[in-house]
Amino acid sequence: MTESNYDEIMQVLCDRLSSLTNSNVQITPETNLISQLSIDSIKLLNLIMEIEDTFDVSIPINALTDVQTVRELVDLVYKIKSAS
Amino acid sequence: MNLLEKIDAAAAARIALLPNGVGAFGIPIEEVYSATEARIGDRRVLLLGTNNYLGLTFAPECIQAAHEAIDKEGTGTTGSRMANGSYFGHRALEREFADFYQCSSSIVFTTGYQANLGTISGLVGPGDTVLIDGDSHASIYDGCILSGADIIRFKHNDAADMEKRLRRLGNRVETTLIIAEGIYSMLGDQAPLAEIVRLKNQYGCILLLDEAHSLGVLGETGQGLVEKTGLLKEVDFITGTFSKSLCSIGGFCVSNHPQLEQLRYISHPYIFTASPSPATIASTRAALELLRNGSHLRKQLWNNCTQLYSTLKEVGYELGPDPGPVIAAVVDTPQQALLLWQRLLEHNIYVNLILPPAAPEGKSLVRCSVNAAHTRDQIQYVGDTFTKLFKEIN
Repeated sequence: MTESNYDEIMQVLCDRLSSLTNSNVQITPETNLISQLSIDSIKLLNLIMEIEDTFDVSIPINALTDVQTVRELVDLVYKIKSAS
Repeated sequence: MNLLEKIDAAAAARIALLPNGVGAFGIPIEEVYSATEARIGDRRVLLLGTNNYLGLTFAPECIQAAHEAIDKEGTGTTGSRMANGSYFGHRALEREFADFYQCSSSIVFTTGYQANLGTISGLVGPGDTVLIDGDSHASIYDGCILSGADIIRFKHNDAADMEKRLRRLGNRVETTLIIAEGIYSMLGDQAPLAEIVRLKNQYGCILLLDEAHSLGVLGETGQGLVEKTGLLKEVDFITGTFSKSLCSIGGFCVSNHPQLEQLRYISHPYIFTASPSPATIASTRAALELLRNGSHLRKQLWNNCTQLYSTLKEVGYELGPDPGPVIAAVVDTPQQALLLWQRLLEHNIYVNLILPPAAPEGKSLVRCSVNAAHTRDQIQYVGDTFTKLFKEIN
């Protein structure tokens, strides 16, 4: 995996999060998924299924316990994609 | 924000969602008159918000068995089976479940929730994988979390989606447990078991099927979806609850894998909890006997299900795909659901209100559970009332 892959994941997730949320918050890597974007648990779990399909990876939902921000979600996907 | 302020914030969010509907959850039931009627406030209501599918809560055989057990063995066991021992009834009920499912092993748990918690966390652990339906019951999610295994979800009842995720797992399929349910509790739809079994065999996984809502309801003798589909021998572990068709409280797991017995020594939800009371076990044993021989109850149940499902469908309500004892009217907003729920209660009909995120796909549900003890006239009244209210909520 390269830096461009990381950027690609960031871009895809920001686009998807932007269409998922009704909030006007500008999405940045530091945006908090729950407190700022109001992404509820089910929406987040469904988003993970979409990400799995987009990047052809398996993302265990228990790994989400450490994810609060957009950057942390991108880091998780990048780490799993790099190891696959 | 401190811990208590966080709870206050959650409470405020709940109240803001339904300012007039706070009383809709955990509604006080003052008196229970029968399997179909109770008193809420000063209203005598028709019960369509229970999971009493065979209508056995007042079966004389079950009540008598419970009375006798209390007289003989007291009100409680006061401890776990591991530390305090297993009563005759615990062991007898396990033999009877094994016999019912033609399996070599059976374990009784104190609740249905613990049956899933204990079985799943006993079967898989860190480094293993569980592949679960996205609409799984909370007890399945919690069992998976307790296990420490990697949790992967597939789209609800979508075998093609499940296969895609199995394929991605590669060699990890060898240590993967697939979990599905006979009937799903929210929309009442049934798992595509034949396709799931084909995939579990193709990929060499283990399959657990939760028959909580299908026990007593599906199949000639009421075994559930495994009997309806003829796939009993293909499912590795079956879990279920006593709190629906069996009208008590407790849960079970049956299997032909001898390893099930080992769970008694490693499964915390089995080990570290008090065992079911003598009265609970006795009434469950009596109810299981009635369930096995209850084809007339299932016939009555299915007549009622079909009658209500077709009425609601005809009127234009959006329903789950399969008729069955769980019939949920799907509406777009929590406010519509609350209005329908309140208006039904004003017409002396008690149903369940289900809001996001508990309801699938961000929708809200007004969920009815039909039982074998409902009369044709009662079902007719419920259907007529839903019909009358359709325009009001749309």
